[in-house]
Parts: sequence; structure tokens; C-alpha cells
Amino acid sequence: MEIAVISGKGGTGKSSISAAFATLNGRKVIADCDVDAANLYLLFNPTHEEEIIYIAGHKAHVNYELCTPCGICANYCRFDAISFNGARVTISEISCDGCFLCSRICPENAIRMLQNDKSRMYSGSFRNGKMVYGRLAPGEENSGKLVNMVREKAKQVAGENNLEIIILDGPPGIGCPVISTITGADKAVIVTEPTISGLHDLQRTIEIVRKFDIKAFVIINKCDLNSAMSDQIETWCSNTGIKVIGQLPFDTGVVEAMVQGKSIIEYDINSDVSRMIIEIWNKIINTN
Amino acid sequence: MIKIAVASGKGGTGKTLVATNIFYTLLRNKADALLIDCDAEAPNAVAFFNVSQGNETEVTRMVPVIDTNKCTFCGKCHDYCNYKAIFIIPPFKIIRVFEELCHGCGACSVACMDDAITEKPVSQGRVTSFNIDERQAIIESRINVGVMSPVPVIQAAIKLANQNHDIIILDSPPGTSCPFIQTVSTADYVILVTEPTPFGLSDLKQSVDTLKSIKKPYGVIINRAGLGNDSVQNYLKDNDIELLLEIPFSREIAEFYSTGGIVSEKIPALGDRLFQMITKIISLNGNSSN
Repeated sequence: MEIAVISGKGGTGKSSISAAFATLNGRKVIADCDVDAANLYLLFNPTHEEEIIYIAGHKAHVNYELCTPCGICANYCRFDAISFNGARVTISEISCDGCFLCSRICPENAIRMLQNDKSRMYSGSFRNGKMVYGRLAPGEENSGKLVNMVREKAKQVAGENNLEIIILDGPPGIGCPVISTITGADKAVIVTEPTISGLHDLQRTIEIVRKFDIKAFVIINKCDLNSAMSDQIETWCSNTGIKVIGQLPFDTGVVEAMVQGKSIIEYDINSDVSRMIIEIWNKIINTN
Repeated sequence: MIKIAVASGKGGTGKTLVATNIFYTLLRNKADALLIDCDAEAPNAVAFFNVSQGNETEVTRMVPVIDTNKCTFCGKCHDYCNYKAIFIIPPFKIIRVFEELCHGCGACSVACMDDAITEKPVSQGRVTSFNIDERQAIIESRINVGVMSPVPVIQAAIKLANQNHDIIILDSPPGTSCPFIQTVSTADYVILVTEPTPFGLSDLKQSVDTLKSIKKPYGVIINRAGLGNDSVQNYLKDNDIELLLEIPFSREIAEFYSTGGIVSEKIPALGDRLFQMITKIISLNGNSSN
């Protein structure tokens, strides 16, 4: 069973909650799908049993010895990545989308497409099971495809090790890597916080979860920072037909645990937050 | 004119808090400033101000429409498409376009020998201009739910910014991938906002590496200082990176911010420090060519 932990807004506590779930009783697979800013490896220090190169698209490069320069490529490029001043063609690596069109239409075959090969996927073990995570090299795209690769690997590892539960720690936002994280997952846990931004982003996240028809639960983290807003979120959710399965109070213990490289469950199993997270986990597992 | 991006690798470190408060102090000090919310997946800056809505522009992408009467199912468009957005089974004369995978590059139109491909615009999101006191003040980028990439909408928002403003503040999307690069590459200076935790440090390092690789000047604000540990401070010292400001962790700030309030309004000292900071950044990095 794949359980995705996501949030529209960043910094609501997604990874801390994923880490807590991953260290509860029972060995699990944890997959860090926030390939753009992977963090869980910091807590879990996994072994690297496998390292796989991920090709994150391509970038166009001009061979100036062959370039005439006619400037046709600049006319065809729809990403404003090619500029032509009459004497020289220049390609902006930042804007190039890697579509190959310029390399196909160049009459001199002067444009080569080079692979972006700096991104990696790692698979290994951590103290409570198996871990898979991706690291997208800065500035690279197609992060959704890397997320798919991480999930495929996680499923394979789960099968090989007879582990039933896969926790997917998702990226923030509602774009491509988020869609890749939730598509086909069994359940989605949306972590929000009682702020005006938290509520706005939750609404957009629920829209996306609905679009992909995934069973969703909401956790309101740091609920006591604004209990009126927490109640407002809870009411909004119940009117929308989404279940709020827990409100967690703000607890600096969660940060102290992170500093020590632990989840809150490992740091203080008897804390209120830990107790509530266990209750929440049981609800997620036992609700069909 | 100067463009200053407020960014962070990790989400939720206080990017929007910093961007909105800088913007607020600039307006208070009668500066000619514009705020662009480039976090198109989760735009929130507008909620912090009293605004009236101005113009709204739809951002579209051209996707192919295949005329199956003209199509000979040769498969050349499929071969040209690098995004696997065209699905074809020639023996069964089946051809489909997956619009959500299409990047709108136009390669299929070039590939088609049978004049079977036309293109239609498909909405990706919108760019909305908001006024404060009858003047253009905030431009928001917002993707439609279900759209894969925020980049075209972010680019449209930045393009729309009236070049007549003296100071443009870009509230950047989180992360260090494409949407972040597209935003910061247009800026003259980048303010990175982080928090003093292991996650904050890890993401900060990644942002710093990225900014170094594209040679952007930058400085760092530590938000929620006092929480976590001092590894971020040490990292900045060891690497000679400018610490612009520390905003102490305070429940009062967190509670007030949660209501959609501008913290500098409640704690003017924060606004004063942000204003001093931004004035210094402008005097050292001003007069944009971007």
C-alpha cells in the first residue's frame, strides 16, 4: 500500500510527519519523492546499495565550427532559448526545454543535444526498513519522471523484502512532481497549517487530489498557532467531505528531534505529538 | 530598476513573510515598488494586502490537433515528440495527443508531411495584476490545477511587469529546479530565506550551489532564529556568505502571520530592519540590465 504525504504549502511538517510514520512499529519502505529538496536522508542516513543515474532531459549545444549562422533555429524555438544577432546564435541553457526541434531543423547539423546526467536515485536500507530517494540536480526539470522512478523502485524493493507499506514523502506545490507522487497511490495525507496560506494551498491540493480520485485525509499541524483558523479549516473540510484525522499542536520537540537526526517518535515516544501521530496512523491504515 | 528575488530551497521557511514585509516597508517609505508572486503553484502574497483586481491575462500553450482524415499514420510526429505526448498505433489507425504531457514545442507540426496538424491554445493558468491605492502593485502568477509546469505562467508574469517600476520584488517558488531558476535568473540579487534546522541547512546549501553556478549575488536571512541549532550560522561563516538578517523565532510572529497580517505593521522594528537591509542591497546592486 502506497501512502503519499503531501501539502500544497511548503514547511507545514510533511517530512517530519513522514519520518514519524516511517519509524513506527513495523518495517516499511520510505520513498522521498521531494526530489528537488530531499531531506529525509538526513534523518535516516540510509546505506547506498544502489545508485542510478537519472537523465533529466537534454540541452541544446551549438557546434560553432558548423554553424553558418543562418538563425533558422532561433525562429523555430518556442522557449525563447535561442537568440540570433545576425552574426552569432546563442542558446540559453536556462530557457532550453530540450525539445530537440532546433537540432532536427538545423540545415548544417550544427546543434547537438547533450544529456543532463547529474541527477541520481539511491536505494538502500535505514533503521526501520528500506529507503529510496531521488536527488534532482539544481536547475534540472522533469522531476515528475524521477518521482516515477523512485516510486517504481520503492515498489520493487517492497516486493523483494515483503514489506507491505510504502510511505511517499511528497514535494510541495501542485505541479508535475506532486501529480507524479499521488497518481495511483492508495491514500493521500495532506498536511496543512492554520495560516491563511495554509488554507489557500490546502484548497488547491484537495482539488488536485480529487482530480486524480485519491482517498485523502487532512492533518492540521501546529494547530494551536491559530485555533480559530484550525476550526475554520476543519469546518471547510467537513463541508467538502474530506476527513480531518488529527490536529497536532506546535511542539519544539519536533525540531529538537530533527537536530538530533531522529523522528519525533524516536525522540520522545511519550510526547503528546507522538501519541497523536500513532492515533492518526491507525486511522489512516484502518480506513478504507 | 532593480529586481530582487526572495527564494528558499526548502518550502515554508518564510519566503512570503519576507517578500510581503519588504514590499510593505517599501510602500510605506514611498518607494515605487512592484511585487510579483512567482510561486504559481501556491500563490499567496495577495492575501496579505488590501488590493483591487486589475487586468487578468490567460496564459496558454499551443498543443497539436491531429486531423485523422489527413493523417497517414506515418509516425514522424511521434518520433519528433520528445515528451511522449503523441500516442500512435499505425496498423489500427489510432493516434492521440496527451495534452497534459505536451510542452508546446511545435516539433510535431514541423514533422508532419501531410498537413494534418494544426494547433490550439490550451490554458495553463493566468497572470493577474492587482492595485493598491489605484496603482499597479502586485502581479500574481497562478497555474490551473492539474497543469504540470508553472514555468510558462511565471515567465508571463515577469514579462508583464511594467519596467517603469524602480524596485521589483519576486516571491520565488520553492526548490532549486526549473521554476526557481526561471525566477532567479531574471533577478539582480537573491535573498535566500532559511531556517536554522538540518533540513533548512541542506536545502540552503543546494540553493547556494545553484546561485553560484549561475553567478547571482545573494545573501541569507535566517528566519526563526533560536529554534534548531547554529549549523546554518556556522555554514555561512565558514563559506563567507553574507548573513543579511536574523528574524527571531517568536510565537507572536507566527500567530499574527497566520491571520494574514503584515508582521511589520505589528512589529515596526522588523520593518525598519528589512528597509535598511533592502536599501543597502539596492545601493550595492542597483541599476539592472536584466
